[in-house]
Amino acid sequence: MTNTTLLALLHRDLLVARRELGTFILRVALQPLLFTFIFGFVMPRQGLVVQNYTNMLLPGILALSMTLSGLQAVAMPLVIEFGFTKEIEDRLLAPIGISGVALEKIFVGMIQAIIAGLFVLPLAWLLIGRGLDLQQTNFVLLILVSLLTSWLFAAFGLLIGSIADSQQVGLMLNVLLGPMIFFGCTYYPWAGLSAVPWFQIAVLINPLVYASEGFRAALTPDLPHMPLWLILGALVGYSLFLTWAGLRFFRRRAVD
Amino acid sequence: MTRQPVIELKELQKVYKANRRRQSGEVNAVNGVTLEVISGEFFGLLGPNGAGKTTTVGILTTRVLPTGGLALIDGMDVATASSAIKQRIGVVAQANNLDRGLTARENLLFHAAYFGVPKEEREKLANELLKRFQLEGRANEKTDGYSGGMAQRLKIARALMHRPAILFLDEPTSGLDPQARRTLWDLLGELNRKGQTIFLTTHNMEEADQLCNRVAIMDKGKVIAVDTPAVLKKQVPGGYLIELRGRAPEAAAQELATKLRALPGVVDVSVNDDLFRLYAGHAEGLLAQAMHLAGQHDVMITSAHVAEPSLENLFLYLTGRSLEQ
Repeated sequence: MTNTTLLALLHRDLLVARRELGTFILRVALQPLLFTFIFGFVMPRQGLVVQNYTNMLLPGILALSMTLSGLQAVAMPLVIEFGFTKEIEDRLLAPIGISGVALEKIFVGMIQAIIAGLFVLPLAWLLIGRGLDLQQTNFVLLILVSLLTSWLFAAFGLLIGSIADSQQVGLMLNVLLGPMIFFGCTYYPWAGLSAVPWFQIAVLINPLVYASEGFRAALTPDLPHMPLWLILGALVGYSLFLTWAGLRFFRRRAVD
Repeated sequence: MTRQPVIELKELQKVYKANRRRQSGEVNAVNGVTLEVISGEFFGLLGPNGAGKTTTVGILTTRVLPTGGLALIDGMDVATASSAIKQRIGVVAQANNLDRGLTARENLLFHAAYFGVPKEEREKLANELLKRFQLEGRANEKTDGYSGGMAQRLKIARALMHRPAILFLDEPTSGLDPQARRTLWDLLGELNRKGQTIFLTTHNMEEADQLCNRVAIMDKGKVIAVDTPAVLKKQVPGGYLIELRGRAPEAAAQELATKLRALPGVVDVSVNDDLFRLYAGHAEGLLAQAMHLAGQHDVMITSAHVAEPSLENLFLYLTGRSLEQ
């Protein structure tokens, strides 16, 4: 029964997400693609950034789009369903543990994050065009980092969606996403931060750093990147922690 | 009809801790409730807003954890066997919690899918319920444009999609216009006649009186009376209630009350500020006599009201307050 219920919940969320495909694509792809266009297309032609900067940029853009989509795909609907419409109630009454409903949300977030990645990667690649060297791509690592990144940020979305109410969520995402994106090694490699040592250490608290560096390690393994053990260890550690915290707060919100 | 309890509450308690963010103190929402509901029964929990009805239903439907006592459904503890209990219950919450992302038909189909109802069966059942609840015409629309009555009917249909043993309804007709309310009453009555066990909360005494086999009257977290509506109504001394509102000095009011008590047929009189309540075995003639007495004591009556035996009168008699307050 648990699996049947879980699949039905998943089916419901994917159906609703598919109906909102237009807004979904806008939400996840617009910002990364604008960045790609300016930093990967316009600025190299102006000679403002060196040509192979784009090799640094692409993994970060991929990490960013998956991060945003995974996080928002879970947090935004959850805030509405818990708050104003209370429509989550019907699903909380499904014959499955409360944690099952929460885990399903993480799955949905992961699926949407991966779709966002599959959408943004080829588009960004097309935009940047020649000069991009992905010959050395490690596909196994790429899949692994994609899965971990989507898990991490879907779980993060679960936590935010369970904590925030509808009045706070906009502010919360603004306050959170701004620093996370700019300090997330999306537009610059972590190794290069050795120029500002304290900053290089400080950004380690940011989970997006490991996603960006993970994609760098997978897509352009020859370029400098964070050691693999640290990337994978942090991605797994953060994912586990956020899943635990997300489930805990989800339960607290769901049951009085 | 098998006569076994499907719901048992034993000294049930729910204390909400003080919440600084909501600036609320500790609340004893449910304070030692003991009840039994039998299979096939239409059971009503009647009480004013804030009596603890929704919390009680919340506990029975696994959404609220009790802080004391026991709540059993089919002999299973709701606090521990929640998944098994969710299979047995259908819940119609007070708020419109329909799935906004789905059409009306999909609301029904997905609900059944969550419960593992096979595809063919759920489609058949959805069609049946949409027809029976007069929602066929707009079944493929999303529910944003639904009227209150339609949304309520759809919520009930949805709760029935997995054929629950017990249907819970929390204030199902509050906010509905009289006609929509009447339609819903007919529908619920018919369901119950076909054997559906129903547990309903309401602050509408007419609803409890008309629909329910048995009614528990709840106030301030406690059940203060349980029985069939007929028996409950007989508990009001006399049965009839005459309410007089009038301005009078304290001494005159007390004297008038004494005189009123002596009128033939009057069982009890209570005075609350400017409100005189006469409980009496009949109403005919008594109003005129009471008015006459009031005139003699220089009490100016500004309004008068006669109520037939009702659960409202009983609530008034037991608590001194009206259900609508």
